Amino acid sequence: MSDAKSVTPLQGAKFDGIATVQEIGPRGMITLRGTLSDATFAAAVEAVTGCTVPAQRKASFSGGNAVLWMTPDELMLMLPAGSVAGALETLAEKLAGVHHLAADVSDARALFRLSAPGVAAREVLARLAPVDIAPGQFGPGDLRRTRVGQVAAAFIMVEEGVFELVCFRSVARYVFDLLADACGETTAQPVF
Amino acid sequence: MSTRLATGGRLLNRGAAYSFSFNGASFRGYEGDTLASALLANDQLLMGRSFKYHRPRGPVASGAEEPNALVGLGEGATFEPNQRATTTELFDGLKARSQNHWPSLDFDVGVVNNSLSRFLPAGFYYKTFIAPRPFWKHLYEPIIRHSAGLGAAPKDLDEDRYEHFYAFCDVLVIGGGIAGLTAALAAGEAGARVILMEQTSHWGGRTPVDGGTIGGVAAQAHIDALVSKLEALPNVTMRLRCMGSGVYDHGYALGYERLTDHAPRNIGPRHRLWRIRAARIVTATGAIERPLAFAGNDVPGVMLASALRDYVVNYAVSPGDRVVVVTNNDDAYRTALAVKAAGLTVPAIIDARPNGGGVLAAEAEAAGISVRKGMGIAKVEGGKRVTGAAICAQAGEGAVLETIPCDAIAMSGGWSPVVHLWSHCGGKLLWDDATAMFRPDPARPPLGADGQGYVLTAGSASGPMGLAEVLADAVEVGAQAVTGAGFTAAAGDVLPVDIAAESALEPVWMMPQGAEYKLRAKAWLDFQNDVKVSDVQLAAREGYESVEHTKRYTTLGMATDQGKLSNINGLAVLSQALNAPIPQVGTTTFRPPYTPISFGAIAGAARGDVFQPLRRTPIHEWLDSHGADWEPVGQWRRPFCFPKAGESRHAAVDREVKATRASLGLLDASTLGKILVKGPDAGRFMDMLYTNMMSTLKPGRCRYGLMCNENGFLMDDGVVVRLDEDTFLCHTTTGGAEHIHAHMEEWLQTEWWDWKVYTANVTEQYAQIAVVGPKARKLLEKLGGQGVSGEDFPFMTMKDLTLGGIAVRAFRISFSGELSYEIAVPASKGLALWEAIWDAGQEFGITPYGTEALHVLRAEKGFIMIGDETDGTVIPQDLGLHWAISKKKEDYIGKRAQARSFMDNPNRWSLVGLETVDGSVLPEGALAVAEGDNANGQRNTQGRVTSTYHSPTLGRGIAMGLVLHGPDRMGEVLDFADGKGGFIKAKIVDQVFFDKDGDKQNV
Repeated sequence: MSDAKSVTPLQGAKFDGIATVQEIGPRGMITLRGTLSDATFAAAVEAVTGCTVPAQRKASFSGGNAVLWMTPDELMLMLPAGSVAGALETLAEKLAGVHHLAADVSDARALFRLSAPGVAAREVLARLAPVDIAPGQFGPGDLRRTRVGQVAAAFIMVEEGVFELVCFRSVARYVFDLLADACGETTAQPVF
Repeated sequence: MSTRLATGGRLLNRGAAYSFSFNGASFRGYEGDTLASALLANDQLLMGRSFKYHRPRGPVASGAEEPNALVGLGEGATFEPNQRATTTELFDGLKARSQNHWPSLDFDVGVVNNSLSRFLPAGFYYKTFIAPRPFWKHLYEPIIRHSAGLGAAPKDLDEDRYEHFYAFCDVLVIGGGIAGLTAALAAGEAGARVILMEQTSHWGGRTPVDGGTIGGVAAQAHIDALVSKLEALPNVTMRLRCMGSGVYDHGYALGYERLTDHAPRNIGPRHRLWRIRAARIVTATGAIERPLAFAGNDVPGVMLASALRDYVVNYAVSPGDRVVVVTNNDDAYRTALAVKAAGLTVPAIIDARPNGGGVLAAEAEAAGISVRKGMGIAKVEGGKRVTGAAICAQAGEGAVLETIPCDAIAMSGGWSPVVHLWSHCGGKLLWDDATAMFRPDPARPPLGADGQGYVLTAGSASGPMGLAEVLADAVEVGAQAVTGAGFTAAAGDVLPVDIAAESALEPVWMMPQGAEYKLRAKAWLDFQNDVKVSDVQLAAREGYESVEHTKRYTTLGMATDQGKLSNINGLAVLSQALNAPIPQVGTTTFRPPYTPISFGAIAGAARGDVFQPLRRTPIHEWLDSHGADWEPVGQWRRPFCFPKAGESRHAAVDREVKATRASLGLLDASTLGKILVKGPDAGRFMDMLYTNMMSTLKPGRCRYGLMCNENGFLMDDGVVVRLDEDTFLCHTTTGGAEHIHAHMEEWLQTEWWDWKVYTANVTEQYAQIAVVGPKARKLLEKLGGQGVSGEDFPFMTMKDLTLGGIAVRAFRISFSGELSYEIAVPASKGLALWEAIWDAGQEFGITPYGTEALHVLRAEKGFIMIGDETDGTVIPQDLGLHWAISKKKEDYIGKRAQARSFMDNPNRWSLVGLETVDGSVLPEGALAVAEGDNANGQRNTQGRVTSTYHSPTLGRGIAMGLVLHGPDRMGEVLDFADGKGGFIKAKIVDQVFFDKDGDKQNV
């Protein structure tokens, strides 16, 4: 590996409004496709992340790692930046002979944290994504692949009042600007 | 004159006085006023001019159905035209202007149209199109353009913010009147998630104005109790100033919330568009009163009876000392009683029914009001305001029996349920003869995905107009809706109601029923578009039998109010003229939005910087700060070229091409699509995707490939790299990444679901930098690249390298004919690598180049470009790419289509190079002409230009094109139309213009 500086797309941009938007990362991310119900596959996932294979539209967590359900045959593994190469080796080893695809996508994505006390973060996302995000309908560990404004995105609730949102790197600025706009001050009464 | 009453005003807060202006004049009003009520309180009855005849108009309604009182609100960056004064809440400092008048509202030149109205009958516009032809362009159009139209378009950028909000619920209730509140409570108490929206600023609708008691308490007290109960339910979301705008498939509905219109100083978005998914939608949208069609019914001072009652009761506005009421039903008697109760005079109630009314009529007579049974209004006296009502026998032709001096006329032709939202998505109506109305047919609702109706109507929107029936319907429908959404409804109590019973109305579609022509020609149906009874009758005489055709011919119901007051009266007049029953004539189609909504609300946040997503590569900012002249490529921006100070685009492109050919060019190729294809069946899959044989590619090698769709047409191209036995990396065009990935997944998921192949779009994981030119290898060596000699790193191979301390993967491929490497690096290090290359390349005069230089470089070498040489109708064989089509493979996507007779045809135009005889550049897309004309009298053609550039390398124009039998006609000179009537001669040549033997890249 080199010592050239890695940069996140927005270099940690931050906006404070009714909720706080913060670009986070770098974080290791691996797209892993395979048969999610397969025991060998699950064991490989657990070996590199410590996490179980999440159910549909869920994320599982272990330590600082997370595994996100993306499609019926695709997961996203989230690990510390810099641990991806090792994780890919472990996956290749554990899944030798098992049909799968594992690819480093750490740099293909931008990551945001959206947080606020109370329901404000829910109110912000409800302005941008066609997702039922009301309390009682969407809680910690829940995930949606959806769109934010006009681009594809996924988000998870990591704890009450805190979301992490992932989108493609090229539209990081667009998504940040949208989130910041939706965080603007308003005298309208909250919905949730 | 109209004025403010000393006491009363249910919605007014007399403690908060506001000042506002209308046409520059200052007025005073109160909190709770609408602009219309405040203007009336200031005797400003005249609020606008009509669309076609510029007739003076005042408000005829008190709510969303208002056709006349349209104004321009605000100024500059907050200006908005066509706002209804009746739904505009007054605020301190409001500025309004009237519309469609010149030079002033009071004196309008356009009113000349009025006296010429017999020359502007129904269908006038259509007739002007026909004959004599030149009249339209030179006579009619200039006049009509000048005089027609309502508000002016805003000139400044809207400074307000807007937003969307996605909401989900079990039961959406639209309308916060007594029925909506009742239905919402039934649903809310069953535990369902309920959203309740009301378009006005207060709950309860018009029940408090109409009176009566519910469960022994006054209507207002009952409403207050309902609102308190609903507010206490955490599962109920309530919004005032939020209109149900439209109902769509699958329980989707739009709500239009006006957040700050009533309080512009409030912070935040002005409008919010609610995008709601509901299991069941209850439309409790009430009913709208119908006008009566008598001559002069548009004179300011003639209002709907309910509206006049609203102005008196809600806003303490006296519409004039003497109010004549004209009606065909009992409800209008309430207006007479309200006017009387306010201390004003009702000289007469004109009741068209020969036998008059019931309990309410008796009450009116007991109050000393003269009731004239079997009578109608022949015509209204007065121009800019009512001065009297000339009355006649309803059964007659309009002979005036008496003229009653008055200041205002309250008219009522009965009520029509607001069925718009029910109808938006296919709910059907039935005609109810007894009540003379179209009402929803509960047996034919809009159907959801489960085959069940998902829209229900409650209260007056269902048809019943009496308070008791309204409440009973609302309780039942609330329970039905919540049951349909999967909840168990509690048995709802219907509270006892005490209110005067009403006797039946008698339909009156024209007043008097036998009105002579000159009366019918002044009896308005559509106030906003100036459509009269005589116009609809003319349409019928001219053969328009369909209500939809009549609508368009007469413009009935086509104004911004979409005929809320006029549609039923209009189609009833049409049915009489056609001598067909009303249900057979039918209604026109109801379409969203219910009333106009702002463009801002529709756009939401999508404006300014976030109007559209703009995709940026990791090197975007560097390119921008180094003079990139951007062009859009899909949602990306790519540099077209990098002009230096004072340099033209053309000169910049020439310089970039020359520098690259002479020494070293640098291109940000990050936008190219990169898709991984992996699995035991990956080779087999690749052979199907591409026309070439890909399964024989050796790991570490690259191959240029073509991809066709199932119709055989070329859809994408790019270099495929075999990373290892199981894994291929497919490069696609910039615009192709997403749809080619989708294409792969579609085939894998729908046809070859049993093949063991996974794909992943890794386009954005990598920055990709093309280092191009004779000095490219020297640059790699300078950056520490090991083993990059021609032997160690040959053409069409890949190699992992470390450049400037950064681990990269390099592909030795070329789209320029030069020695060239495309270097992929994780995106987070893209800028660092680019800068390292930039610094190291200075000694070679490294030159960043843009898409245009890229195009010129490839065209000089005769390389095709997807989108230039292809347009969705071109197959690889047309482009002489037979070498890239495997003959050994049994199949590939598109193979079968390419074997069809019209594909496998020697007369298909084929790709050649073109050189102008004079060295000039051929126009884009120019056609080569052939002898003779075709059947349409157009010149025959035999070819067209697909790419054309000035080649700085050759110092002349070069082009590629598709030409009939082109490759067999080398050296022949064709005439290309220059688009200005002349021709440019160009010779057919080999499409490779430069370095035919490839010496420059094979080093």
